[in-house]
Amino acid sequence: MSVGTFTPAPGAAPLWRMIRAQAALETRMLLRHGEQLLLTVVIPTLLLMLFSAVDIVDTGGGERVDFLAPGILALAVLSTAFTGQAISTGFERRYGVLKRLGVSPLPRWGLMAAKTCSVLVIELLQVLLLTAVALMLGWSPQGNPLAVALLLLLGTAAFSGLGLLLAGTVRAEATLAAANLIFILLLVGGGVIVPLEKFGALQDALQLLPIAALSDGLRDVLQHGAGVPWGGVAVLAAWAVAGLAAAARFFKWE
Amino acid sequence: MGSGGALEVSGLVKRYGSRTAVDGLDLSVPQGTVTAVLGPNGAGKTTTVETCEGYRRPDAGTVRVLGLDPVSQAALLRPRIGVMLQSGGVYPGARAEEMLRHMAALHAQPLDVDSLSEALGLDSCGRTPYRRLSGGQQQRLALAMAMVGRPELVFLDEPSAGLDPQGRRATWDLVRELRGDGVTVVLTTHHMDEAEELADDVVIIDGGRVVAQGSPERLCRGGAENSLRFTGRPGLDLASLLKALPDNTAAAELVPGGYRVTGTVDPQMLATVTSWCAQNGVMPDRISVERRTLEDVFLELTGKELRS
Repeated sequence: MSVGTFTPAPGAAPLWRMIRAQAALETRMLLRHGEQLLLTVVIPTLLLMLFSAVDIVDTGGGERVDFLAPGILALAVLSTAFTGQAISTGFERRYGVLKRLGVSPLPRWGLMAAKTCSVLVIELLQVLLLTAVALMLGWSPQGNPLAVALLLLLGTAAFSGLGLLLAGTVRAEATLAAANLIFILLLVGGGVIVPLEKFGALQDALQLLPIAALSDGLRDVLQHGAGVPWGGVAVLAAWAVAGLAAAARFFKWE
Repeated sequence: MGSGGALEVSGLVKRYGSRTAVDGLDLSVPQGTVTAVLGPNGAGKTTTVETCEGYRRPDAGTVRVLGLDPVSQAALLRPRIGVMLQSGGVYPGARAEEMLRHMAALHAQPLDVDSLSEALGLDSCGRTPYRRLSGGQQQRLALAMAMVGRPELVFLDEPSAGLDPQGRRATWDLVRELRGDGVTVVLTTHHMDEAEELADDVVIIDGGRVVAQGSPERLCRGGAENSLRFTGRPGLDLASLLKALPDNTAAAELVPGGYRVTGTVDPQMLATVTSWCAQNGVMPDRISVERRTLEDVFLELTGKELRS
């Protein structure tokens, strides 16, 4: 290259541009990743279609899709904010991506903001897709969309905190295994497709899980037309604060 | 900024639990120079460099990089340095060009990505995901990522490890161009030829301390003497040769007919040896002068036993 090419001209790009570039890159990585799409797109869509069409689980009175759609939306948030984010961040830590970005001009909080943006973009795509599928299956949503948005955002905060806590403290392979296992356990026991009433005495404890607070909260609004479900909001807020604080405290960058 | 050096480290101590990785290390790197940090595995090279990069907080001592504290002033420092990690640092699914463009986007006035890719031979694999690049391509991408932001100071951790001879040449050329344009380069390496080829200054670290520092020429000049080798008829009487040479000279027949004279190898010594050969009717075949290499110096200072 010609003389003077490398003459120093250092400087960070404007913060908003760095975060935008980082969020765009992270979103592309997630959309390009087959296993991630299986988790975030294929599984929720298939579960919605399967359980709406076939009477496997007794979902109480009314259209099955009216019960299932809110639960599947909660599952979508779980898959992206928790499982997907934990696995991708765990491997980014393992492959030194976080380490390398740690000496780039992008501040750490900027990286986290970009990750959040990219999670929100994926969730928006999931919500659009799942809503379209549910409407085709005869879903008739009720309630205030703003209450739905509040629940989805709080759920995202809660699951992000827990996902990052997992990714930042254990090995990537262990994160992969744990994140998938937790996904399945919460899918079954978190009121997503099986009503919590089926669990009898365990029901009260299960209701404190973030996934149950989210799926039942969404169901209160979307199926029963309730206002803001403050109980669920409180549970999610508590998980969000605890999870994000623990992640901030214990996350190891290398 | 502290005496104008790009890097000023004094009394650096870094412990991991009970193990002391860096034990009172002093280091000074002038701006616009290439410094090669050498040392056996576990000597404290990477810990030292990573402390300068802001990854670790010193347990004692001070570190100033471009006049800044790499931990408390990291936000000011990071845009001004470029870092090449020993491995990784890239999303496995990211394409080479995509990642390089991304690093460029984080800087205010980055290099032109296309010409940088071309200079490092990355243009042909720009669409290839990182995990499918060859080891050499991964290395060159990491190098490109370190310089794309037009930094004042770059840290290169074993920049030519795993490269083929062409890749090594391209890397060396780029390091020379960086230096020519006024960029300070600090590199770690296990290749003595790389240090001799590129470095203004060589720093040898062992046991967490600097055991030698200086230009390759200066380091090779000091210490043990150089030697002169030649072959001739077996069984020559070396005592008569030594009489004609200064006191600090030694001579030995290493194998029958293979001779080595050790001492101050200068034109006078060469003349004495060849005239002595002429007196004895010996044709000194394959006469050669052997200088101490950086590797000799390195092994003298750090010993020959294997490290962890």
